[in-house]
Amino acid sequence: MIRRRSFVRGLVQVEIPVLLVLAFALAPFVWMLLTSIKPDADLSRFPVRYLPSSTTFEHYRTLIQRTSFPVNLLNSLVIACGAVLLGLATSVPAAYSFSRFRFAGRRTLMTGFLVINMFPIVLLIIPLFVLMRALGLIDTFLGVIIGHSTFSIPFSIWMLVSYFNAIPKDLDEAATIDGASRLQTIRLVVLPLVMPGIVTTAIYIFITSWNEYLFAMMLSGETVRPVTVALQLFIGEFTVQWGILTAGGTIIALPVTILFLFVQKRLVGGLTAGAVKS
Amino acid sequence: MNNATASGAMLRAATPYGFLLPALLVTALVILFPVLQTAWYSLHEYVLYDPGNFRFIGLRNFATAFSDEVFWIALLNSAIWVSGIVLLQLLLGLGAALLLNQSFWWRGMARALVIIPWALPSVIIGLMWTWIYDFNLGVLNDILLRIGLISAPHPWLAQPSTALACIMLALVWQGFPFFTVTILAGLQTVPHELYEAAEIDGASPWRQFLHVTLPSIAGIVATAVLLRIIWVANSLDVILVMTGGGPGYATHTLPLYAFLRAYTGMEFGYAASLSLMLTAILLGIVWLYVRRQAGELER
Repeated sequence: MIRRRSFVRGLVQVEIPVLLVLAFALAPFVWMLLTSIKPDADLSRFPVRYLPSSTTFEHYRTLIQRTSFPVNLLNSLVIACGAVLLGLATSVPAAYSFSRFRFAGRRTLMTGFLVINMFPIVLLIIPLFVLMRALGLIDTFLGVIIGHSTFSIPFSIWMLVSYFNAIPKDLDEAATIDGASRLQTIRLVVLPLVMPGIVTTAIYIFITSWNEYLFAMMLSGETVRPVTVALQLFIGEFTVQWGILTAGGTIIALPVTILFLFVQKRLVGGLTAGAVKS
Repeated sequence: MNNATASGAMLRAATPYGFLLPALLVTALVILFPVLQTAWYSLHEYVLYDPGNFRFIGLRNFATAFSDEVFWIALLNSAIWVSGIVLLQLLLGLGAALLLNQSFWWRGMARALVIIPWALPSVIIGLMWTWIYDFNLGVLNDILLRIGLISAPHPWLAQPSTALACIMLALVWQGFPFFTVTILAGLQTVPHELYEAAEIDGASPWRQFLHVTLPSIAGIVATAVLLRIIWVANSLDVILVMTGGGPGYATHTLPLYAFLRAYTGMEFGYAASLSLMLTAILLGIVWLYVRRQAGELER
């Protein structure tokens, strides 16, 4: 806008409405945090006591000492890291191929990866369960990690293609003219430049895998159960113990929120690039 | 041409496919094969705990669905679910984007914070909102009682008339930041000169929005809406966490119904036919979206 607004008008027209939007966006999160540090006496009061009478980490202690939660956290970490490894190992070469080569079937295959990203999960989850059972992969890390590749591979490929496309092909050609083989060009020229994009993609896979619930629920049992599934089971177990549940929710949500804030600028760029360009 | 150059050419022609091979193999295993299998199951009576009973019944699963009352309830709920959520997300997201496109000193922080709901796991979203809607101790009842909008606590999620709308609100909350960031990115590409010209012509801010802003971001909004319709239509985890489809069938949507028939009923054949129908309904939207994204392919 060109007109310069006066301070008061800016406050009323922009800053206060923005505060309201932010309040809506953050209130449930803040409420979960507050609940998790309130003593039980505060939580069972109605009308609701908004600010804690005293802060306590009792719920966190109970969760960590008396439940399987620490193991579930570790399981989630292993699954998310595995999903990142499998996702990148398959999608980085694929995205390189889509970006640098023109070959028969390229359009069809790229469209295919776009379309399968939109298949309903229920379409895949039933036969995947049967398949994993036949392969003996139910309740194994590998089973859940493979399950998560159903969504991580298609979107990683599309995200990475736009990052690869952002690197001028002249650089590859210059390296070839200097006598570098294709693999040398990839290792010494392309990969270092695309690294920020790969890191962003890796973090995105990590977050979605960490957050994922349905595949994990179908494909995991007690041995490899991740936090999302465990927390959902706690809801059944500790019906009225909102202190423990919100403590668990906070522990699960905080790392991904911080990771997300950390990469959000680049991530948003990569995710919306397609939408903006068209 | 001698042999060496011929095989060299073949090798060069095969290179792009070589790079694609790992992704294609995994995708074939975890997506293509399962989808074909779903199609195959849908033609059978297949109950998981009864392995002897895998009977070919043609299209009878689909016929069953059409006379299945719950299928129609779920379909109607899905229509309400998708249109309500996407519309509200769009309006809220657009409003937030227009606000965050103005200049004020803490804009950067506001832009970062508004995305947070989008990063949260569905289980946590379900948990947070179930706690907010709680009948006995929930903060929503407390606030509404304090300001006098209701006179007694309301069982938000246990009442068929409010359960679906309550879960939809949670989804609106989670997804509106997606529209905000997408539209915000679009707003930044609108040339400043257009506003200057409109200003000189004496256009009011509302007319500027109508004739400059809206046409400039229409394409982005359309793409985002298509993408959102698909995601929202497929999403079932928040409902599963918050009500499991109840009370009664009040919060059954089509994907949730398919999932429940498979997960609790173990009727894989019938569930497969339900998820195939969901896919078929969405295919048109997917096609529109893919056509819009086709420009990306030519780069």
